[in-house]
Amino acid sequence: MAIAGFLIRRILTGIVVVWLVSTGAFFLFFARPVATVARQLAGHAATPQVIAEVIRNLGLDQPIMVQYWHFLDNLVHGNLGYSYFTQEPVNTMLKQDLPPTISVVVGGVIIWLVVGIGVGIISATRPRSWFDRVSNILVLVGLSMPVFVIGELLILVVFLPLNRHGITWINTGYAGISQGIGVWMGHMILPWITLAAVYAAVYTRLTRGQLLDTLGEDYIRTARAKGLSERRVTFRHGVRAALTPVVSQLGVDVGQLLGGVVVVESVFGLGGLGQTSVQAIYTDNLPVIIGFVIVAAAFVVIANIIVDLTYALLDPRVRIT
Amino acid sequence: MTLLEVRDLTVSFNTADGVVQAVRGVSFGVDAGRTLGIVGESGSGKTVLTQTLLGLTPGADISGSARFDERDLLQLTEEEMRHIRGERISVIFQDPLTSLHPLYKVGWQISELIRAHDKSVSKKDAAERAVELLSRVGIPRAERRVNDYPHQFSGGMRQRAMIAMALALSPQMIIADEPTTALDATVQAQILDLLLRLQRESGTALIMITHDLGVVADIADEVLVMYAGRAAEKAPKREVFYTPHHPYTKGLLESIPSSSAAGDRLRPIAGQPPSLINLPSGCKFHPRCGYVMDRCLSEEPDLRQVGESGFHNSACWLPAGAAGLSEEAEELREEAVHEERGEAAAEVAEAVAADVPGVAVVGIEGEGAAE
Repeated sequence: MAIAGFLIRRILTGIVVVWLVSTGAFFLFFARPVATVARQLAGHAATPQVIAEVIRNLGLDQPIMVQYWHFLDNLVHGNLGYSYFTQEPVNTMLKQDLPPTISVVVGGVIIWLVVGIGVGIISATRPRSWFDRVSNILVLVGLSMPVFVIGELLILVVFLPLNRHGITWINTGYAGISQGIGVWMGHMILPWITLAAVYAAVYTRLTRGQLLDTLGEDYIRTARAKGLSERRVTFRHGVRAALTPVVSQLGVDVGQLLGGVVVVESVFGLGGLGQTSVQAIYTDNLPVIIGFVIVAAAFVVIANIIVDLTYALLDPRVRIT
Repeated sequence: MTLLEVRDLTVSFNTADGVVQAVRGVSFGVDAGRTLGIVGESGSGKTVLTQTLLGLTPGADISGSARFDERDLLQLTEEEMRHIRGERISVIFQDPLTSLHPLYKVGWQISELIRAHDKSVSKKDAAERAVELLSRVGIPRAERRVNDYPHQFSGGMRQRAMIAMALALSPQMIIADEPTTALDATVQAQILDLLLRLQRESGTALIMITHDLGVVADIADEVLVMYAGRAAEKAPKREVFYTPHHPYTKGLLESIPSSSAAGDRLRPIAGQPPSLINLPSGCKFHPRCGYVMDRCLSEEPDLRQVGESGFHNSACWLPAGAAGLSEEAEELREEAVHEERGEAAAEVAEAVAADVPGVAVVGIEGEGAAE
């Protein structure tokens, strides 16, 4: 019962949030003169008549509130509008761009969780050991290296040499799972490593810090005094308590990334939400921008709901309200 | 029969600030079924002492021996020690709020202990045992509370649960590290009663660590008073309370608000406990002692027999006969101080007297001098 009420309440507030965000994006767009949009479409050499024509065709000559009403009406009916340039429905564009983005994020998450949490645990249980020192250095490298550098490096030292020697499994661009899991993984492996490199560093540091704190708690001393094995003390008592904040961080990160992994998508030419939305911003393609903003906001809202549910599941002291 | 015989135990830690000398050459014994009270201020080494016995002080430099049931606890491997912990010697910690794992049910935490030492016990049997134990320590409707999480228990109930856990495998010894300090006064008495009753029922030896002499008065057979990592006084309870020899013990007694001394002013002990990294010379208590003499500044006394019982030991240079709170004993002490206090010690005595008004310092006249 409590969960049903919680979900209804959170979904309703989530809808309000998404509406506010999209409205914000909508009005922000009109802070610029509409003629700039039309000039992009019509080309630099276009005459004022042509530009006026374009403006009228896009409906940009109508009062803002009328346009906004139109936008809302479409939104309620699940229609996100059409691209100014290609007339393609934004819904279709989203459907095309979701798989690459989800592929990158899901694979990346799995890798960075395994690496980050694993290394974090080993570091925390052997503080100041050589393993800990080396991992601390690598964490700093991972944190300070821009994503595009890691991506370009992988292309340079992995993809190109392999390709030159006829090994083409590892590839750039996007290939859907429908072309075979092997092919899909071959295309995704470098993007995954690129995305995971940065986040594994963040999660190693987070896990190490949390676990070190936890291992200093009184209840860990109790667990040792009970005569439990050190392994059980570390995992059953330490890691179990240390992972709660890691899980909530994960929710936030995944929610954000699903809105677009711009740099990774661009470096490897995957397409995806990030790459498309950046292009839309460059070209003032309002319907596309707003469509992607709505999707990104919805992911963050959903991720937050899941985080709160998981939190209540993981920690008996947390009550869902 | 001596169950635990600790000899010359020394524990130190290397830290960035220097070597912390937490315990320096402490010896004591605990007989089966008896209770030893270890008394001292925070930082006197009493907790480190007992945790070292169970191998819970990682990174410490340890020397000495601790024979428990024919084996030296300090020489055991981690795996051997694991079988001692919780099964032969169990611990009750100070703060029941933080000592139970917040994410696991209380009953589960007790069953886990049982099954860690005997894999043949089924989960169901272990859970039933947990219910029995919880009702034995006075938790009402234990069969339901066993499925509660620690945050659903009150402080006193959590400490009862810790006691239930400590008793689970009928250990030969329980170490209770300030088990009542974090609790309300009324609950403190209940928990002490419970501990005492269960100890009598099960014949377990008990080491009760406390800074509260009142607790010791209630339950201890023998008392070890610790100061700056060393034994200051060691004696049967009666001797400690009626004929204390060490000025530190005497100071502790005089700083207890007690009904028998109604009308007397409380006498605090001057100064602060010393830093364990930078200990004073000679007797470590001399900078706070109202009876400070010249040799106290340079020579550290060892425990030696004092008083009349033959079981009373004190690490103080005052004459062996100067034990107790009587006027006679006080005269003996004053006499010794008059004879043996030179200029150096007189300076220290002035400083002690100046530190806290109301502190008794022999040979110093003034508002705060002994009345």
